[in-house]
Amino acid sequence: MSLFYLVAFLSILFSLLVIFTKNPVYSVLYLIATFFTFTIHYILLNAQFLAVVNFIVYMGAIMVLFLFVLMLMNLNKETEPMKSNVLKIVGVIAGGTLLVTLIGAIKAMQTTAVSTTTNTQIGLVGNLGKVLFSEFLLPFEISSILLLSAMVGAVLLAKKDKRTQNG
Amino acid sequence: MDSITSTIQVVPLNHYILLSAILFSIGVIGVLIRRNAIIIFMSIELMLNSVNLLLTAFSAYSGDASGQVFVFFIMALAAAEVAVGLAIIVMVYRNTSSIDINILNRLKW
Repeated sequence: MSLFYLVAFLSILFSLLVIFTKNPVYSVLYLIATFFTFTIHYILLNAQFLAVVNFIVYMGAIMVLFLFVLMLMNLNKETEPMKSNVLKIVGVIAGGTLLVTLIGAIKAMQTTAVSTTTNTQIGLVGNLGKVLFSEFLLPFEISSILLLSAMVGAVLLAKKDKRTQNG
Repeated sequence: MDSITSTIQVVPLNHYILLSAILFSIGVIGVLIRRNAIIIFMSIELMLNSVNLLLTAFSAYSGDASGQVFVFFIMALAAAEVAVGLAIIVMVYRNTSSIDINILNRLKW
C-alpha cells in the first residue's frame, strides 16, 4: 500500500522537474524517469501488458525520438527561451485553479469505496489479446493505417524542400 | 504478483483520480509557462500519460478489459502524434533556427 504513495510522490516530483528545469536535455531525462514511475503504476495495477508496452513505446521509442531531435538542434541552457516571471506565475495560478476545480469535482462525486472486484487477471496479455482481436479488431486495423500515414507524413515534413533550400 | 495486487486493492480509487488530476494539471502548467516547443510537447505527453493511468485504474478497479485496450490505442495515437509533431518542430527549426513558439505568431490576424 505504501509503495503506491511512494511511486505517486516520485511521479509528481519528476513531472514537476520536467516542467521547471531550465535545461531541455535534463527535462527529457526527467520525463524518462516519470514514464518509468508510470510503468511501476501499471505493474501495481496488474496491467502487465500495458507496463511492457509503456516501457517499450514511451521509454524506448518516444524518448529516443525526443533526445534525437534535441541533440539535432543543439539546445542548451543559454539558448533556452524563457517566459517572464509574471507570465510564469499567471500560468501556475491558471493550472492551479484547474487542479482545484478537478479536486472539487472529485470531492463532490461521492464515489463508492473500493470496489471488490475479483477478476484481477484482466491486464494479462492473453486476456487483452482476446478482447483486442475480437471486440476491437476494426479499430486495431485502423490504427495501423494511422501509423502508416503518420510515418509518411513525418518523412514528408522533415524532408528538405527543394524550392526553399538555403543550406 | 498476487500479493502486489491485493495490496493495491487497499488503495482507494479516489487516490488514483487525485494523482491523475495532479499530473494533468502539471502538464497544463507546463504548456502555459514554457516557450520551448519541445518541452510543450513533453507536457502534452505527460497529460496523455496521466489520462492513460486513470483509464487503467478504472479498468482494473471495475474488472473491465476495454479500458486497457483504449490505453493501448491512445499509446499508438501518441506515437503517431509525436512523430508528426517532432517533424513539424524540426521543420520550424530549419526555417527559423529557433524553437521559440513566440516566433510562430504569423497566423495571428
